[in-house]
Order: sequence, then structure tokens, then C-alpha cells
Amino acid sequence: MSEVEETIKRIQSHKGVLGIIVVNSEGIPILTSLDNSTTVQYAGLIHQLTMKARSTVRDIDPQNDLTFLRLRSKKHEIMVAPDKEYLLIVIQNPSE
Amino acid sequence: MAPKAKSVKPPGSTIGAKPSKMKGRPKIRDDDDMTEIGDLGDDSYVHGKTLVKPDDQLDLSEVELKEEFTRILTANNPHAPQNIVRFNFKERTYKQTSSVEQIAIHFALDGNMLHKDSDEARRQRAKAGMGESKSEAALSEAGEEEGGEGEDGEKEEVVEAPPPKKESLRNQFNFSERASQTFNNPYRERGTATEPPPRANFSSTANQWEIYDAYYEDLQKQEKAKDKTKQIPTYRKEDDKTKKKLVAMETASDDISRVTRAAKIVERMVNQNTFDDIAQDFSYFEDASDEFRDQEGTLLPLWKFSYDKAKRLAVTSICWNPKYFDMFVVGHGSYDFTKQGRGMLLFYTLKNPSHPEYIYSTESGVMCLDIHPIYQYLVCVGFYDGSVGVFNTQEKRPGPVYKSTAKSGKHTDPVWQVKWQKDDLDNNLNLYSVSSDGRVVSWTLVKDELIYADVIKLTVDDLPTEGPDGTQLQLLGCGTSFDFHKKIDYLFLVGTEEGKIHKCSKAYSSQFLDTIDAHHMAVDAVRWNPFHPDIFISCSADWTVKIWDHNYGNQAMFTFDLNSAVGDVAWAPFSSTVFAAVTADGKVHVFDLNINKYEALCEQSVVQKKKTKLTHIEFNPRHMIICVGDERGYVTSLKLSPNLRKVPKKKKGEENVGIDHEIEIAKLDKILSLVREPDNKEKK
Repeated sequence: MSEVEETIKRIQSHKGVLGIIVVNSEGIPILTSLDNSTTVQYAGLIHQLTMKARSTVRDIDPQNDLTFLRLRSKKHEIMVAPDKEYLLIVIQNPSE
Repeated sequence: MAPKAKSVKPPGSTIGAKPSKMKGRPKIRDDDDMTEIGDLGDDSYVHGKTLVKPDDQLDLSEVELKEEFTRILTANNPHAPQNIVRFNFKERTYKQTSSVEQIAIHFALDGNMLHKDSDEARRQRAKAGMGESKSEAALSEAGEEEGGEGEDGEKEEVVEAPPPKKESLRNQFNFSERASQTFNNPYRERGTATEPPPRANFSSTANQWEIYDAYYEDLQKQEKAKDKTKQIPTYRKEDDKTKKKLVAMETASDDISRVTRAAKIVERMVNQNTFDDIAQDFSYFEDASDEFRDQEGTLLPLWKFSYDKAKRLAVTSICWNPKYFDMFVVGHGSYDFTKQGRGMLLFYTLKNPSHPEYIYSTESGVMCLDIHPIYQYLVCVGFYDGSVGVFNTQEKRPGPVYKSTAKSGKHTDPVWQVKWQKDDLDNNLNLYSVSSDGRVVSWTLVKDELIYADVIKLTVDDLPTEGPDGTQLQLLGCGTSFDFHKKIDYLFLVGTEEGKIHKCSKAYSSQFLDTIDAHHMAVDAVRWNPFHPDIFISCSADWTVKIWDHNYGNQAMFTFDLNSAVGDVAWAPFSSTVFAAVTADGKVHVFDLNINKYEALCEQSVVQKKKTKLTHIEFNPRHMIICVGDERGYVTSLKLSPNLRKVPKKKKGEENVGIDHEIEIAKLDKILSLVREPDNKEKK
């Protein structure tokens, strides 16, 4: 358990990382390093997007599955790693 | 007689009263009346007008008698009410009915007459009789009259039986409808309200992959069921136990620990972003200037690995994972005799340069390590305190799974090199270690223990020397490195601190096959060529790197002077003629005998501070990168430029074939032949 917590702390303190959110399978954020309103917004929207992305990948080939999702925008990059029950979202500013 | 308007003295006035005929003869003055009276009776007229006056008649004067009174005769019923008021439901008021019935019935009598053709009449006739002689008309008339009397059903004698007609079944009696209305009970409404059951919204999609998932799960269950049925006949005794074990336990672990995998992936992604340019370089950068420099190459620095707690410890060994080409293991310890402390064992991956994957802390410094070629999770480690340990990364233990102790025959001096060997006949894992105490020991992992067996002792001289109290002592040299031949299993080389290289065989435990006086100082590393079966390389603190052919042990094939103590040397896995060496002045030297037999293609300083000694170097088996460890605890990865990694061009059809060993061997042979001939001549 502490290993995962350590990993998350490391990620948080990594260069350029703005925040990290852990979302459960229903789209409810469990763990976050951002403020409440931003978290809720990110969790809801990205959860839907990930579901759609996963559905797309699997529809084409059911034996395939989504490993991760990167969303690069002008300001920063959102990285999503889906798991069976959870979703990890990290927002990083890569150019920093 | 039509009533006429008469002027008569009425005793009392009544409305619309009909003039009533007086019983007594009235006083008549009109001539008309006189004539009428005259008709009636002559007798009374003869006598003349003799007026009979009733006694109670009013006596009126003549004037009063002439008074005319008007009487109007109407057809109105004087007894009928004139102002009947009825409630009008439409307008919800009482309204006066305009016309009221004026019929006054004086006398009513119900008759007994029946129509002759009516049913009742026919019935009666039928009852009365049949075939009488009287005429029909007379009969019917009589029958009518008598039929009228005989309403009660008296028998008629004279009635002819009417021809029998179809008689519909009808009520004999008069049908009269009768209805009654019951009192409607007032309605009462009664209701109860229950608590609504808890609701939850459910929505789902039926995609191709969801269906696939469902089928897959079903398949898994079926297979499990099949396995169970298969196992039951074979494991009869352990039925209960195995069944209990087969029950899938859902680990109710803490929420956050489930995110482990995702967290790892994300960490790597974050690192990839941070070190984006390095990652791109690793994959795609090729030094373009190499085209212009024929005999030179460069090393491009990529990632730098370091760990906080290992910063003060020198890198004592590096080993790449033979299966997962991005993973490598670094051992930390100290070469300094005076500064001995703990050590560390770190597992890194190129995908995450900022933090090691696995961290093991050890009590004494790690001097050497080796990853098992088949079971990549097993790592054998040699410690400064002379013990040998085996770590299993699959198990979550903080320490080694096996460790040799003083009782179990550990070395008395630091272990300088360990190597895994093939499993022995009992399929137990097998490893070899060499140490300064002069022993090469073979360790076997049996269940929970390490069992040792001395393979050979590194004797210095053949003759035992005499000790202080006259006992025979066997001086032992200090082994500093060894290497096993790739093809010939039993053959191995040992380098010693005295500068000698011994060629040994596992079979002979007391004698060396051969001894070569290789260097003037301790042999730091000795390695067989991965392709050529006869060639090996050695390096030493005497500033030299030498290449030998073990058939010609007296002289080195090639000697390279690197101007500084050489820490380590390694052959490249992709070419038989490429090797690299690291020196104490922080430089990496890369040679390609194919291109330049005398000089390095690349001499590059890879550390910032010049005083840092480079301790180890390893080539990655797959990628064109090398890892260099230094005494400050840093591991730097470098990419070889194209000039440094030239491989013989493959024919078009053979692109997919790996490195052709024969070509490599031939290449090296060609080079050696150039060097060897003078040697042969010398021998002769």
C-alpha cells in the first residue's frame, strides 16, 4: 500500500506535474491533489472520454484494450492510465 | 235542449255555471216560452196561465225582475285547478303550467268487449268448440257480444274454432314492465400509500467487446470447471484441500493499492514527458557527422540514473536483464578498504529514469551481481564480507532469499565475481563465485540452502611454502575476476591480483589447464569473445587492455595502452571486433578492430568531474547503448554513434536473420591472421 502512495507522491513532486487524480469506476474522484471544483470537472469529463476511447479500441478488436491515453493541449498534457476499476489522471506541463 | 241565455234570477252566482233546468215551471213572459210550454201539455195550458209559486221563491220587485244578468257558458272544468305550478328541472324554478287538463270525468265503466280478431278472442273461440252450423257473421257478432261478456274465459258455444295458427309463446297475462330503483350506497374511497422502493438508475451498452468479455468469462468458468473435474480423480486424497484452494479469493485490499499498475504506467508517462528529448534521441538520433569521420565515433549521453541513498556508494557492478532489454541491475558498494558500510541493489528501467523499480538494501557492500539467464527474477550477488546471496524479485522480501553464512562456507574475502551456470543434474540452480581468498566456489541452491563446493583453489606456486611453525602452507592467490566459456561448458578463466590469468576446467580441481602471465597488476576483468571461441580480453590496473587467443597463451594478440587504470572492459554483443573500456580518468574508449587495430574509435569523457573513476561498463544486448557506472554512484547511459557499431552488411534475403556468427568469427579471424603470422614465425 505504501509503495503505491510513494509512487503517487513521486509523481506529484515530479517536474512539471500540476496535479494527480484517482477516479473510481463510477467517475467519482477518490484521491486528488487539486481543488474540489477542478477535480470534479476533470473526473467527470475525462471519465467519459476514457470510456469512449476504450469502447472504440475494443469495438475494433475485442481482444485489444486501452493502455493509456494522452491528451496534449497548448497549455499542458493530460495523461490517463485506465485500470480495471480505477482511472489515474495526471496533468503535466511537459515543456517546463 | 240547447241551453240558452236566460234572464233568470239566480239564487247565487256561480262562475260559468250552466243554467240549470228548474224543476218548477218558471214565470214565462216571452212568447217563445209560451209556445214551448204549449207543446208540452195541453191540460195545464187550458187552465190558462196559472203561475205556481214555490214557497221559498224570492220576492223581487218588478224592476229587480227585469234586471238582466249575463251568464257565460264555457267549456272549462270548474273543478280543474287553474294555477298548477310545476318544478322545471331545466331552469330549476317553479313554473306555471300554461294549460291544464279540463276534462272532468263524470262516469267511467270498463267494458268487456274484445275485438274478434284479437288473440284473446281467438283463444276463447277455440275453447268454445268447433264446426257449429250457424253463419260466421252471425256467430262472430254474437261471439263479439258474448265475447265481451266472457272476458273471464267463459265457454262460447257458438264460436267456431279459428284455424289453428302459430301461437307464439307469450305471457298469457298482460306484460307490464316493472322497475324499481334501489338506494345507492354512498361510495367511500380508501387508499394507502406505501414507501416507494429504493430506485437506482441502470444503464448499459451492448457493444461487441462487452459481448466478447461475457463470452470470455464464461469460457474461463467452463475451463475451470473442466479442470476441477479432471483434478478430482487424480488428487483424491487432497480433495478437500485443493478444493478450498481453488476457490477464488477476492482480495479485499485497500482502495489505493489497486491503482498500482496504473500508477506505474503514469509515472513512466510523466517521465517520458520530462525526458522527452532523451527518449527521442535514444530512438532516433543518429550522429550525422559520422559520415564525415571515418574512423571516429561519438557517444551520445542519454539518461543518467541515480538514487539518493546510493549517492555515496560506488557502482560496483552492472548487469542488463537478458529478457527485458530495458531493465538493468546496479550494485552499489565501496572499493575503499577503509570505508566499508552498507550496500544497495537497484533495479532500473530505461522507461523510468528518475526512480528505480526495485530497491534492496544490504548490510555489506555489493561487489558483483549476475542475473539468471532463464529466471530473470533471480539475481545472485557477491558481497564485500565474502558471502553470496540470491535475491528473488518476485517475492516481496527486503533481503536475499538465500545467503551463505560463515558456517556454510562463505568466502573469507570479498567476492569479486559471481556467475550463474546451468542447472545441475537435479535441476537445482547453480552459481559460481570467485574471491580474494583464492577459492572458486560452486554453490547449489537446494530447497532453502546454499550448498557450496570448492571448485578450485588458486595456488600461487606448485610447491607449498613453509609457514612460521614449519607447517606446509599453500599460498593462495587472490581471484579478481572470472569468465566462463560460452560454448565449452567446463572451461573458464580466472584473473588474479598477481596479474595472472588461469585457464581452468571444472573437472580438474587441483590443477590449472594453463596459466598466462597477463599483466603486471591485478586483472580487473577477463571476458571471452561472444563469437570467437578462442579469443578473450583482459584489462588491468596497469593501464593496459590485452586481447588473447587461448591457444597461444604466451603473448597477447593485441595490447592497448589507455593511459589510466582500466576499470572494466566489455565486448559488444553485435560485433566480434567491437569492445569498450572504461578508465579511472573518466573516459570511455571504444574500439573496433575491424576499422582500426591500434587506436580507439572513440575516447570520450562521460562524467562531469574529471576525478571520477569509471568502474564498470556494460553493453545492452539489444539496443545500441552502453551503461557506465562510476564511483560516485551514478550510472550514465550512452548511445553509440553509427561508426561505432558497424556490422557487416547482410545480403538482401537475410535481413531478418540475426547476427551471423560465422561472419563475425571470420571477420575476427581475418584480423587475427594478420597479427598471428608474425607470432608463428617467432615461435618457430
